[in-house]
Amino acid sequence: MTADTNHTSRRETDPAKLVLEDGTIVRGEAIGTRGLTGGELCFNTSMTGYQEIMTDPSYYGQLMMMTYPHIGNYGASDIDKEAEEPMVAGFIVRSFTHRHSNRQADESLDDFMKEYGLVGIAGVDTRALVRHIRDKGVMNAVISSDELDDDVLLEKARGWPSMDGLELASKVTTKSDYLYCEGAGPRIAVYDFGVKQNILRSFRARGATVRVVPGDTPLDDILDWTPDGLFFSNGPGDPRAMSDAIDRVGRALDTGIPIFGICLGHQLMSLAQDFDVYKMFVGHRGANHPVKNLDTERVEVTTQNHGFAVDENSIHDARARVTHVNLNDDTVEGLRFKTFPGLSLQYHPEASPGPHDSHYHFDSFMDMVADERGVTVPDHPVEPVEATR
Amino acid sequence: MPKRTDIETILLIGSGPIVIGQACEFDYSGSQAARALMEEGYRVILVNSNPATIMTDPMMADEVYLQELTPSSIAKIARDEEPDAVLPTMGGQTGLNVAQDLKEAEFWEEEGIEIIGVDIDTVQITEDRQKFRDLMEGIGLDQSRSKTAKSLLEAKEITQNLGGIPIVIRPSYTLGGGGGGIVWSADEFESMVTRGLELSPAHQVLIDECLYGWKEYELELLRDPNDNVIIIASIENITPMGVHTGDSITVAPQQTLTDKQFQKMRDAAIKAMNSIGTFAGGCNIQFAFEPGTDRMIVIEINPRVSRSSALASKATGYPIAKVASKLAVGYMLDELPNEITGDTSACFEPSLDYVVTKIPRFNFDKFEGVDEELTTQMKAVGEVMSIGRTFGESLQKAWQSLEIGYAGLGADREDPDRETVRERLKKPQWDQLLHVRHAFRQGASVEEVYDITQIDPWYLHKIQNLVAIEEEIRDTALRDIDERFMFEIKRNGFSDEQIAYLVPEDVDDEDVRAYRKELDVTPVYQVVDTCAGEFPAETPYYYSSYETVNESTVTDRDKVLILGSGPNRIGQGIEFDYSCVHGVRAAQEMGYEALMLNCNPETVSTDFDVADKLYFEPVYWERVLDLIDLEQPEGVILQLGGQTAIKLGERLEENDINIFGTSFEVMDFVEDRGKFTEVLRKLDIPFPPYGVAHSVDEAVETSRNLGYPTLIRPSYVLGGEGMRIAINEDEVAEYVTNILSIYPDNEILLDRFLEDATEIDVDAVCDGDEVWITGTMEHIEPAGVHSGDSTAVLPPYNLSEEIQDTIREYVRDIAFELDVTGLLNVQMVVKDGTVYVIEANPRASRTMPFVSKACGVRIPAIATKLMLGEKLKTFREAGDLDCDLEGYAIKEPVFSWDKFPEVPKELGPEMKSTGEAIAFVDALTDEHFQQPFEMKDLYLSR
Repeated sequence: MTADTNHTSRRETDPAKLVLEDGTIVRGEAIGTRGLTGGELCFNTSMTGYQEIMTDPSYYGQLMMMTYPHIGNYGASDIDKEAEEPMVAGFIVRSFTHRHSNRQADESLDDFMKEYGLVGIAGVDTRALVRHIRDKGVMNAVISSDELDDDVLLEKARGWPSMDGLELASKVTTKSDYLYCEGAGPRIAVYDFGVKQNILRSFRARGATVRVVPGDTPLDDILDWTPDGLFFSNGPGDPRAMSDAIDRVGRALDTGIPIFGICLGHQLMSLAQDFDVYKMFVGHRGANHPVKNLDTERVEVTTQNHGFAVDENSIHDARARVTHVNLNDDTVEGLRFKTFPGLSLQYHPEASPGPHDSHYHFDSFMDMVADERGVTVPDHPVEPVEATR
Repeated sequence: MPKRTDIETILLIGSGPIVIGQACEFDYSGSQAARALMEEGYRVILVNSNPATIMTDPMMADEVYLQELTPSSIAKIARDEEPDAVLPTMGGQTGLNVAQDLKEAEFWEEEGIEIIGVDIDTVQITEDRQKFRDLMEGIGLDQSRSKTAKSLLEAKEITQNLGGIPIVIRPSYTLGGGGGGIVWSADEFESMVTRGLELSPAHQVLIDECLYGWKEYELELLRDPNDNVIIIASIENITPMGVHTGDSITVAPQQTLTDKQFQKMRDAAIKAMNSIGTFAGGCNIQFAFEPGTDRMIVIEINPRVSRSSALASKATGYPIAKVASKLAVGYMLDELPNEITGDTSACFEPSLDYVVTKIPRFNFDKFEGVDEELTTQMKAVGEVMSIGRTFGESLQKAWQSLEIGYAGLGADREDPDRETVRERLKKPQWDQLLHVRHAFRQGASVEEVYDITQIDPWYLHKIQNLVAIEEEIRDTALRDIDERFMFEIKRNGFSDEQIAYLVPEDVDDEDVRAYRKELDVTPVYQVVDTCAGEFPAETPYYYSSYETVNESTVTDRDKVLILGSGPNRIGQGIEFDYSCVHGVRAAQEMGYEALMLNCNPETVSTDFDVADKLYFEPVYWERVLDLIDLEQPEGVILQLGGQTAIKLGERLEENDINIFGTSFEVMDFVEDRGKFTEVLRKLDIPFPPYGVAHSVDEAVETSRNLGYPTLIRPSYVLGGEGMRIAINEDEVAEYVTNILSIYPDNEILLDRFLEDATEIDVDAVCDGDEVWITGTMEHIEPAGVHSGDSTAVLPPYNLSEEIQDTIREYVRDIAFELDVTGLLNVQMVVKDGTVYVIEANPRASRTMPFVSKACGVRIPAIATKLMLGEKLKTFREAGDLDCDLEGYAIKEPVFSWDKFPEVPKELGPEMKSTGEAIAFVDALTDEHFQQPFEMKDLYLSR
């Protein structure tokens, strides 16, 4: 053992503040890039998968608060990214691990945040804040390690644009269309409103040829490619503010091509069928939500990330049937459509992070495509899809 | 599918006496199961031979059989009661084994009794290592490389094929990994294999690839009849592979795996659970993970509720045994509510927003010559669990909970020298983490400590950070610690005692506490809610932390705080949990709000629906006082929590906190031999000649005057810790030197040891006006064998009425003289017609649950009510004091010798048994009496 005692000296930290629009002010220490950021404050109860959450395009523009107190434990790695860069607007944790431990890591989470200019705050009583927004509802906030004046920060928090009625998919969709992969199976066109990488990997693992297109791509351009299936992806923002997309989705439903929608995609499909979508008091964000499949009576532990939901009472019996419900609050989690071949899910069967219980939906969709289009789905491993470098 | 209506009566099998590897966690699971099934309207028949359990209380089941857990005894009960089903998964390996034996004898089939909660045909697969390997291979899960050997020769060949030593030996079909271990060198190979073969009922051992340095994980699962499987908790062992999980320091949830790595483990666990036949219930799966390669292998499956299930239940708030029982009778997970939130589904996976640490408690001091190195064979006798918002806080709270004198992870005493630290770090021992801390203090790097210990660097960094904070405190005068820094210190779990030790000036923990309160740095209490705050929770289950919002609303009701007994150890175990549970109920019946504070995850008293409010906290002064500051109870009950609670009496008294029942002064007084003797003299009660010494010389001198043999012991200890009988000066000197090295400040008590005397144990209860003698027990073994290790017979079998009258008279006199309100236990010896009093303890005794069960009376509940002001008269008039014992009840000690093969099987004044069983006999011709009677002198050591 060496006598080097430098190892045990404590790290200097910069102060940071988190200010909520209702006037709540919390002091903490700066993590990631120094600066100021703002957005809707939300929380996620997953105990693992912070990097997947941080890079999930559905969280675009939100301040993500992790309820698990130790974050950064296993560092950051390329294979844990759901998009090229962080998508959240800011990151809030109770206790930040600067010195990670996992041989798969490429770098520390702090370095990853700094690389992409993500501002964060640590040392915050996250539980108190979770209980606060659970009672008061979602609200906007700012994190700052530059400006530390309470009044200035409060003003900024109050002035931050509300998520309500905000269209955000255009900010995270691919700029141009691209061929993600080529396989022996069906051709799947993915409307990218902020698609998670693991959705694309899940299609690839099933032998599909996958083409990803910007969210505003005219339907005809897609049809020219002769897809066997259409996919409407997850993504951020208020679906009710996406009238063009709803229109396109509506026309797609008439083509007879099998359609699969996840999260925002599910909401757009519902809106195109004239079902109502509402903003939830507090959204579902975690990896432990029980969802019951009403057809099989089986329960899946699911990954959830949504602040909007489809109103059960607005669903026309003639057009769709509820196939999946959330066991905690009975909200609609899955639909099977009656006027066209299609299914949609409010939750995330691709997981990442979270349990793999719901991967079978990709198989269901591929089977639907095979049935409807007479194409064969190649054999694929039944093992859950995993990211590879 | 709702619950099954085709079954009405269910037989529930308990786990029997406490042994190492199978402790009171099964009282917890059995009690939960019994309650859950009764709640559903089933008729529950319960069998267990352990009288110290809550589950064997008459109110826990429709019929309780305090009978031995042998196939013949179970078969007889089953024939009499004609149950429709048997649930054998709540009674540990014992319960499962006996059910399996009867299955092989085709008993269940013949009687038309269905086995629920497990697929009994597959139990054998999980127990037989080769079959298990084949099964796992069949579902594509990776395994360690290994093979079963049936002879030494075969073992040698296999070892050679696996690349030689180190290798791991695991005998098949043994409890708690009995007889297993790592073979590090060629010379221990033969003896270990041979012993393994001998210990295995099937005479086979598994020779396993050595996974030293791999990380170890455990998952707790539930499966319903529809094959829905959920993971209740992930547990990561800080101690790497190679140490039995019961002996490992563990953390929940897992900390160091990425989501992808963890989900892979989760998938494997679900697959594995669904592969072990058709059943609904709980199971536990262990994995090893090789850092770097991501190779993950299945170690074992326990298709039943286990020690880890108890830990996982307490760690998450999810009542695993209760839900497992309901699944076993047909419910689906989605049909059951999450009782913690009251509003959401039980079919979910708890999300934690805190860190749980479990540290095992060992009792090596009881076993001379024991090998303290931790191996694959479990040696711990108990455990503590702690909850903190961060690992640092949780870890330090766990050390405070252990009750081995630590105020946290070190930083409360001089550090050992480098040489010692280096030596102790090398092999896994009970204090390894302390030495990790010492190493960092001495300048070691994380890499260096990792190389030696193989402990994941994440934990090492966190401990290093604690040391860094420690160093900063050393450089700061108390009054220079500002609010922010104090907050940070406390958030990292440091106790006031540690801070007092660390700051440069000479202050004590009370000074620190006072200053801390000036700064307004006080803890708040948070709810264990299963959902990380996402939903409101209804359950009053709390832990303390230095956060910003207190979630424990103080009611305006009158409150009683009941202090638990901390970790199980030899001499203080399940009996005190039994007392606490009854104390809670009695306080509630008296209209009080009952607050429970304890840190032992294996207990019923820490079940979230026992007390009105449960505080899962160290039974450590600072934490107790913090809670009293918040709740302001009318008083504290100390008598039920063993020595643990009593130890806090003095400080409670100093702080003017009311103690219900017998005053602290008296509790303390009886420990003072001089003062107690004065009482005996005054009452004209004989006692053996005695003396007190503070040094070796004084002890030698005193025993010379007393005459040999001399009984030597330190004052203020439990379970005869350090107690010896010396027959000459040299032995006196040796034993006293020993005692003083462990307890430098304790007085040494020396008694003239009365040879060939009969030992008597009396339990009594007093309300100040009258004394109720609840039971007089005569020991079969001669005086000199610790009462906890003796076979006790109730009522006495060989004492004249006259002597019994004298005994009763003495007990009454002592109770009144000491002004006892509540419980009293008196130990005496009878020699040549004279009754000598040896000691009196005004608190719950180990025998009290035994007497309660034997007589069918609720002693601890009545005693608690007396402490709270009720009178015995009320109970007498209601018939609550009537004993319904017919014939004799015999308390039989049970030992865990097989875990310590190197320790001689001798009995003496120091207690060594880990558990007990009860036997009811009609006559003294019964073998339960005859056998110990014939053997009574055989094991007596000095």
